[in-house]
Amino acid sequence: MEAYISLFVKAVFIENLALSFFLGMCTFIAVSKKISTAMGLGIAVMVVQTITVPANNIIYHTLLKEDALSWMGITGVDLSFLALLSCIGMIAALVQILEMILDKFFPALYHALGVFLPLITVNCAILGGSLFMIERDYNFGESVTYGVGSGLGWALAITVMAGVREKLKYSDIPAGLQGLGITFITAGLMSLGFMAFSGIQL
Amino acid sequence: MSEILNDETKKVLTTPLVNDNPITLQVLGICSALAVTSQMSTSLIMALALTLVTAFSSAAISSIRNHIPSSIRIIVQMTIIASLVIVVDQILKAFAYEISKQLSVFVGLIITNCIVMGRAEAYAMKNPPLESFMDGIGNGLGYSLILIIVAFFRETLGSGKLLGFEIFPLTKDGGWYDPNGLMLLPPSAFFIIGLIIWSVRQWKPEQTEKADFKILSISHGEGGHH
Repeated sequence: MEAYISLFVKAVFIENLALSFFLGMCTFIAVSKKISTAMGLGIAVMVVQTITVPANNIIYHTLLKEDALSWMGITGVDLSFLALLSCIGMIAALVQILEMILDKFFPALYHALGVFLPLITVNCAILGGSLFMIERDYNFGESVTYGVGSGLGWALAITVMAGVREKLKYSDIPAGLQGLGITFITAGLMSLGFMAFSGIQL
Repeated sequence: MSEILNDETKKVLTTPLVNDNPITLQVLGICSALAVTSQMSTSLIMALALTLVTAFSSAAISSIRNHIPSSIRIIVQMTIIASLVIVVDQILKAFAYEISKQLSVFVGLIITNCIVMGRAEAYAMKNPPLESFMDGIGNGLGYSLILIIVAFFRETLGSGKLLGFEIFPLTKDGGWYDPNGLMLLPPSAFFIIGLIIWSVRQWKPEQTEKADFKILSISHGEGGHH
């Protein structure tokens, strides 16, 4: 149990996808102008991450890994080079299905999150989460923890960023730094703040 | 050579470098990029890989652009890009194993790099293969330029070396330079990109963004809203 808590805290703070691996930066910068939209996107990322990382974990361990096909009586086959293609296909398909389910059964939620879902297919944070899961060879339980944790960490980072930017627009910024420039500097300072968590040993 | 490099080709090849740089102006493709910039060698490999993938995927997509039904074009583009990235990944694993270990998941993340998808969608779907190829090369180079500048500062200031060669002799080896450890940590990449954007916009003021609010001096009355 302790290992899972430690993994969760690590995924949320120390190895924050946005601030220490720079994943999902395009949307992180583009959609962090208002707290409400940033939070909506953050929640959508969290939901998709929670579903796709374990789903990719199952696919990888039952089909792609070296000798994974032995349950079908096929041995000596290593399909792990297909992991990239299968991960991105899985993510695209799951996002599409999620969008249809939300539209059909939870219209209110669909109106809140629907606009963000197409953005998420090409969000590096989602694919990055799955690839890290494969690289670090997580088992199913760990992959669920990592999926929730990394999604939460990303959501936290973009919401905080939006909060800072909402105040920042009233300040007197040099012309050249206006907009994109100051956003990067702010992200750097936030990243420094998140680095402080790396001293915590669990 | 002269007929290959006609005006259009030259334009698509050079404008992405400064005037329309994908990173500083369009905010594309920084996702998977910055994490590899703590060393020059990994950045060079990453830049090369991305440039090749962008160029070849643009050329491939553009050559079948009239046969792709528009409802499934994203999936088709994604499959082409993913296949090219798999090729690059396998080549790196075979010939440069050490570097491919250091790049870890970031080669795979070229798939979701917004530059590749962005150029496929914005340029390759409307233009013939050769121009698309050049456009891919141009945008790849614009990206490479930023990546190399960032890596240059991070590696020289952070460890006093460049590509493994000593530039500043370190204090621990009896030299004078005390390395700045912050440069090797993620935040420094954000700062350097911010400063690059600032310098480019001082140089080319037309790229500056408008402020949402103007701060007026007291003498003009209440101030506040533009």
